[in-house]
Amino acid sequence: MIPEGSLLAAHDLRKTYGSTPALDGASFSVHPGEVVAVMGPSGSGKSTLLHCLAGIITPDSGTITYAGRELSAMSDAERSALRRSDFGFVFQFGQLVPELTCVENVALPLRLNGVKRKAAERTALEWMERLEVDDLGTKRPGEVSGGQGQRVAVARALAASPKVIFADEPTGALDSLNGERVMELLTEAARSANVAVVLVTHEARVAAYSDRDVTVRDGRARDMEHAV
Amino acid sequence: MSIGHTLLGLLESGPRHGYDLKRTFDEKFGQDRPLHYGQVYSTMSRLLKNGLVEVDGVESEGGPERKRYAITDAGITDVSQWLAQPEKPEPYLQSTLYTKVVLALLTGRSAADLLDSQRSAHLRMMRILTDRKRKGDLADQLICDHALFHLEADLRWLELTSARLDQLAKVVAP
Ligand SMILES: Nc1ncnc2c1ncn2[C@@H]1O[C@H](COP(=O)(O)OP(=O)(O)OP(=O)(O)O)[C@@H](O)[C@H]1O
Ligand SMILES: [Mg+2]
Repeated sequence: MIPEGSLLAAHDLRKTYGSTPALDGASFSVHPGEVVAVMGPSGSGKSTLLHCLAGIITPDSGTITYAGRELSAMSDAERSALRRSDFGFVFQFGQLVPELTCVENVALPLRLNGVKRKAAERTALEWMERLEVDDLGTKRPGEVSGGQGQRVAVARALAASPKVIFADEPTGALDSLNGERVMELLTEAARSANVAVVLVTHEARVAAYSDRDVTVRDGRARDMEHAV
Repeated sequence: MSIGHTLLGLLESGPRHGYDLKRTFDEKFGQDRPLHYGQVYSTMSRLLKNGLVEVDGVESEGGPERKRYAITDAGITDVSQWLAQPEKPEPYLQSTLYTKVVLALLTGRSAADLLDSQRSAHLRMMRILTDRKRKGDLADQLICDHALFHLEADLRWLELTSARLDQLAKVVAP
């Protein structure tokens, strides 16, 4: 049931909140280096799917396989370790630590993986350069614009060389020019480093940066390439 | 697009041969649809007849005759008027997509599937244009953006209609 060559695959996921079914038999897969857009109406289960795939929440049933290992078979500690080492995250807002400078924020995932401060900040600055925010290094997140902060967040997601980036409405708070710039940089960086991206968005212009799109309706994911 | 006005506008910066006009037009505005020579020559002869251009010189170095065209004062006035006149906004009331959706509902076919496959076709085109935009210069970006915004508008309509299919079914096929 795992599509050949996929890095991360979910099969028949179900998740209910009280009596609300958030996922109702959703399946999904992404290949290394592939950018997949997850679209669908509000409340259809996109974020729930993303959180399950990333091991942030546990589905009631169904399987999720990452690089040949089943997430549900791991302990909580193993899952957190995997999230730190292999996954990167970009959300709509509120993701940078306000007390840290931008460069410290970008270096944080590396620091958590045991990289020494100097080396971590050097790598962080390289990524910030690629995202054109290296001049913001010493500022705190509260002192930069929304678009700049979002690019800092993308740099942070990429800095620890993840295998998968999970992005939930990464451009939701940005105007269209800034949003596109973030998408351009995110997808370019991801493709050159062979990182898979799971991108939740309701904006077609953002989804157009993906290689493939999947639509979630009523808790079920549908692969649009194989639809009709 | 008015080819006549565009060629006339290109002549404002100085006289050109028909071939040169075609090449410049294709480069700047042709995108995937270059002009035919026939179009250029028929347009130029119309502009000549109307006094908007004049022949500025003829060369024939062994090959066929090549006319050089120059814009006249009347031509310059014509370009100004065209630029000052707003384009008529397209009302978009004759929609093939809408017609297809209603026909699907009337004949008991799946309008939801129709909308879904149209949606993927639109997104596919948006992907192609986005890729081209990414690789292109500013002129490419602006042309692609124009197309992308229109496709996005269609997509939003497709999504809205998907969400209202049940309601629509009651209205058109009670
Ligand atoms: N923590 C929660 N507690 C209770 N219900 C939840 C919770 N999270 C999500 N839900 C419900 O599960 C369903 C799916 O929510 P989800 O957040 O996955 O939707 P979404 O597709 O991401 O929507 P949006 O586009 O608005 O972000 C919704 O009905 C939502 O109300
Ligand atoms: Mg959501």
